[in-house]
Amino acid sequence: MSIAIDLADLVAIALFIYGLHELNSPATARRGNRFAMVGMLIALVGIVIRTGGVGWPAVAIGVALGAVVGIYAAVKVKMTAMPQMVALYNGAGGGAAALISTVEYYVKSGGTIALDPIIAVSLVLSTIIGAISFAGSIIAFLKLQEVMTGRPVTYPGQQFVNAVIALGIIALALWVTISLGVLPAWSYLVLLAVAMVLGVLFVLPIGGADMPVVISLLNSFTGVAVAITGFELDSPLLIICGALVGASGTILTVAMSRAMNRPLTNVLFGAFGAAGGTEVTSSGGPQQVRSTTADDVAVMLAYASKVIFVPGYGMAVAQAQHSVKALADQLEKHGVKVLYAIHPVAGRMPGHMNVLLAESNVPYNQLLDMEDANPEFPTSDVALVVGANDVTNPAARNVASSPIYGMPILDVDKSANVVVLKRSMRSGFAGIENPLYEMPNTSMLFGDAKASIDALTAAVKAL
Amino acid sequence: MTDISHLVELLTVLVLAIFVGFEVISKVPTTLHTPLMSATNAIHGIVLAGAIVIAASLFGSDVFAPALTVVAVAAVTLGAINVFGGFAVTERMLQMFKRKESGK
Repeated sequence: MSIAIDLADLVAIALFIYGLHELNSPATARRGNRFAMVGMLIALVGIVIRTGGVGWPAVAIGVALGAVVGIYAAVKVKMTAMPQMVALYNGAGGGAAALISTVEYYVKSGGTIALDPIIAVSLVLSTIIGAISFAGSIIAFLKLQEVMTGRPVTYPGQQFVNAVIALGIIALALWVTISLGVLPAWSYLVLLAVAMVLGVLFVLPIGGADMPVVISLLNSFTGVAVAITGFELDSPLLIICGALVGASGTILTVAMSRAMNRPLTNVLFGAFGAAGGTEVTSSGGPQQVRSTTADDVAVMLAYASKVIFVPGYGMAVAQAQHSVKALADQLEKHGVKVLYAIHPVAGRMPGHMNVLLAESNVPYNQLLDMEDANPEFPTSDVALVVGANDVTNPAARNVASSPIYGMPILDVDKSANVVVLKRSMRSGFAGIENPLYEMPNTSMLFGDAKASIDALTAAVKAL
Repeated sequence: MTDISHLVELLTVLVLAIFVGFEVISKVPTTLHTPLMSATNAIHGIVLAGAIVIAASLFGSDVFAPALTVVAVAAVTLGAINVFGGFAVTERMLQMFKRKESGK
């Protein structure tokens, strides 16, 4: 029987890896997720059988409660709020790893029995990393949900305070490890608590625009915590799953920092976008921009041969993705070729825009990533910027003093005409002025993105 | 788990899994990065298996430890939120990538 269960683990692992492999194409991605689900089911049934079903009523209640909460939230959440949901689920996983290790500590040592050194190290690491992931994810959620400010929260001496806490954690961790767990029993709870505090303080100074990187990083943290928990429990299943997630989270985190051309340390510790933190905002006076009307833009769009939509977080906030698709449909009726240019860090998650546009049935072959989109701009008649800002800022190309200097951007300004849909002249998340708005081929259409797009659609229809 | 050779076995598994992870994940296009993040997020929900093992071991032991048991069941709940929520959200995202007629 036990061999059968070990084989079940193996099947589950194979399904996870194959499932992830299937995620490499939109055509097979759903199947991939299903494979992973089946793998999870097999693994969990195997575990329950292995435990002989001891304590099953409580376990069943716990699982049922988690399932109801998790699925309910997943079904109810708006597509635009996906990033913060992923953060929450990730936090739950990290919290679970931390709690498992804490319970293990009290069961195996309780402050009186010396632990196996390897166990001691794994317990401490998975507790710390899991707790940081848990607390950090909750802060990321609160920031994205706008329960608290999305701006970086900074105070004097912040780095110092964080460093002291981090050192404190290392000291506590060494204490637990060297004493092999034989120490006042409350110390372990202090370790858990301080790690959570560090998780909170670690995410506080990071701005909302950088949250995708943070969520991805915390995702990989949870993966690492789970892998280490696997060492505690002698479970290759947990080790492999944790390692897969750790690797994937790392790749995504690095890919995103690279897309912004900022080292990860700058994302994490730079308090990017803090008020008054940048020097180029002082070009003096309000920007001179040309404002336009929906009717003018509609004419421009309808008689264009190629239009490129450039969506950003503003589209997500205004829930304008369906309106965008409706406008695109109208334009296609006029024989206009419609494309979408997606910057790797547009929105609040990697691929955030792709998901939203896919939700409104935009065919994914019209969605271009930055490398494919940029050669299209010089031959396009209109670039329609829907709530994107920093990722279109030409200052990144040539103003060396700009905080985003060097960040690869979408070459929106190379288009014959640029129309920017914007709520107001407020700067983007990074708090940087965008010279694009003052360019002679740029006009601004102020207002809520969804309302503006709907107006454009109506105007194009009327032509 | 004092056995060093067993530890080395587990480390071998870990290292190989990391390599597999890098290989598999680096093939995923940017378009699918959000569902990927969400799917891997669901996969680390396997921590639920660990939580179930711990909870069962507490219920199976002779010593009654109510506080620890509550914490263990809390870990089970958190793990279940991670698994079910993670997969459900991923499924919802991917539903939007369903094959659809391109252009009109």
